[in-house]
Amino acid sequence: MTRTNGVSGGGGGGQQQAPAAGKLPRKRFYRARAHSNPLSDSHFPVPVSPDEVDLSQHYPRYFPADKGGEGEEEAAPPPRIRFADVGCGFGGLLVGLSPLFPDTLMIGMELRDKVTEYVKERILALRASNPGQYDNISVVRTNSMKYIPNYFRKAQLTKMFFLFPDPHFKEKNHRRRVISMQLLDEYAYVMEVGGIIYTITDVEELGEWMRSCLEKHPLFEAIPEEEIKADPVVKLLSTATEESQKVARNGGQTFHAIFRRISLQEE
Amino acid sequence: MEDTAIEEAEVSGAAEFAPALIASHPHGNSVAVAIGPELRVFDLKSGSPVSLSDDCGGRSHADAIRAICFGVSGALFASAGDDKLVKVWKTDSWRCIRTITSEKRVSAVAISNDDLYVTFADKFGVVWLVTLGEDGAEQVSVDNKPVSILGHYCSIITSMKFSPDGRFIATADRDFKIRVTLFPKNPVKGAHEIQSFCLGHTDFVSCIAFTSMSENQSFLISGGGDSTVRLWDYINGCLLDTCQVRDKMGELLEQNETDDSSLAVADICPSNDGKLVAVAIQSFNGVMLLACDLVGKKLSFLKVITMEKSYIPTSLASSFSSEFLWTVMGASNMPNQASNQLLTRLRIIPRFQKDLISSDNGPLILEDSEVPHGEKLLLALQGSLDIAKQEEVLASVLSALKVSMHKMLVKKHYSEERREQRKRGRNDKKIKN
Repeated sequence: MTRTNGVSGGGGGGQQQAPAAGKLPRKRFYRARAHSNPLSDSHFPVPVSPDEVDLSQHYPRYFPADKGGEGEEEAAPPPRIRFADVGCGFGGLLVGLSPLFPDTLMIGMELRDKVTEYVKERILALRASNPGQYDNISVVRTNSMKYIPNYFRKAQLTKMFFLFPDPHFKEKNHRRRVISMQLLDEYAYVMEVGGIIYTITDVEELGEWMRSCLEKHPLFEAIPEEEIKADPVVKLLSTATEESQKVARNGGQTFHAIFRRISLQEE
Repeated sequence: MEDTAIEEAEVSGAAEFAPALIASHPHGNSVAVAIGPELRVFDLKSGSPVSLSDDCGGRSHADAIRAICFGVSGALFASAGDDKLVKVWKTDSWRCIRTITSEKRVSAVAISNDDLYVTFADKFGVVWLVTLGEDGAEQVSVDNKPVSILGHYCSIITSMKFSPDGRFIATADRDFKIRVTLFPKNPVKGAHEIQSFCLGHTDFVSCIAFTSMSENQSFLISGGGDSTVRLWDYINGCLLDTCQVRDKMGELLEQNETDDSSLAVADICPSNDGKLVAVAIQSFNGVMLLACDLVGKKLSFLKVITMEKSYIPTSLASSFSSEFLWTVMGASNMPNQASNQLLTRLRIIPRFQKDLISSDNGPLILEDSEVPHGEKLLLALQGSLDIAKQEEVLASVLSALKVSMHKMLVKKHYSEERREQRKRGRNDKKIKN
């Protein structure tokens, strides 16, 4: 239930208080409706191509400003984002993953403005109160169903996460689901061979849909259960985020589909 | 109130304006012009207009044709548009051998290089594929329905082309993207492997074309609403060069004529020697020629060919075998346009090859009397020879042309209430699996 005395969709930005350094933002001031229309072209800046993505804004520790933008003398190639949390919500997964992979750059993509602001504040607060940690996570406000190729180069990502996506129950809205045969082409493009796609939901029909799409898609194959059990990331899927905690509280069941990006078998 | 006027236009179903299109048979056998629902074809070998026969399930197109193309071998021709039909024609007999029904209006169409498949894009951004018979015979088999092979999520595909070696299919959309996908041996299962995205345009991409100098290597050229023509290494998704058409136009036109939105690239056409690119610009009465250096991987401005003040080409075409650049001007679906006023105007540029055009001899545009098969061709494809009548019709088209492309391809932003009102009128069909 959304609380109406908090900040509602359109205006009310004045109620947001920038928290004191190190103090975590309070969700109360960043409430937004759970649903946002992915088809409407909201006005947020979109990079023309992956070369235009300014990583120094997101991960300042990895891209110190005094080195200058071009850096022809750089010995090592610049680090790239490797994990993407599509629809990251309030950032729970990123915060959980950060210490597990301290040198891997990760980004959350979220459509809702307020929620993105919340995650930004949260990350800044965590960095301030835990020096040297959480420098590898960040968030960007964008529509990942339309603009994923704008952010990532071919075969750049090693992990992609789709946690509790919008189920779009009505059949006529199925085409708006974030996992579909069409969009899996794009996700496969930005993932390297061997990369892993993690999906989880508490809606059984959606779980079947996502599993079925991944099974049908020629560029993904299922990962055997033993491997899934051994993956430290999998536990986070059902414990780290707001949504998963809500499901656990209500004693709900979750359905995951975890697949590996493979190269096309020539027939 | 302006708002209600727009409302009425939309509610009454008056779609946006539909530009006249032209296509040339790869071996120069014929020329086809599409204006509104009419398809007009002229046989250049016999020097006479072609009468199309369409006895496979329906009349010719019932609504504006939005896309036409010849297959690379010249055996087949396809037309598609707002009537949600895709028609495939054999070019020897000009009989329609296949009529395919689409659920939504069609925005682009292409024929695979081996003439086995026809692909078309609908307004949801989904590309569908239909298998044709081996010898192009009529196939009315029930199991040959269109299958979706790829999609640009919620975007409108403006142009779709197969690479010369047939390995790739390139699709460009209104959301600034160009996608190059592997076209598999068995495409019925879908084209899932994306080769690259060619990203760089900062506005809608209106047209793409492959160009090559030799058998082995080909490149992609694109034109867009950002008033640029770009050269791409499509295998790697690399932008090789950009030509700022706007800058050139700024030098050539008066100050007050250069309005940002009216300098969109409407169409591009590479020459068959791979050394020239002809560019049609939304409000320019002529054609801009760019020199295309595929070795140095550069595009540079060469010259403009200015035509009479009221002639703005809406579509360009060339063929492998002849040195003509065909241009056409016309539009349908205009407000207040009578259905018997589907007139177009053709102008032809004769020496569309780098060496020929650089030398200074001869006129740059053919006079009507010099056009192959002269009056017969012009009458058949234009619809009339009466200059005065034409001028009148084209003048009315002219002003609309200057704003329409922008309106057509840039997403409209509605106020909250208009959006709600539009939602009420929407009719989403159930998607059958």
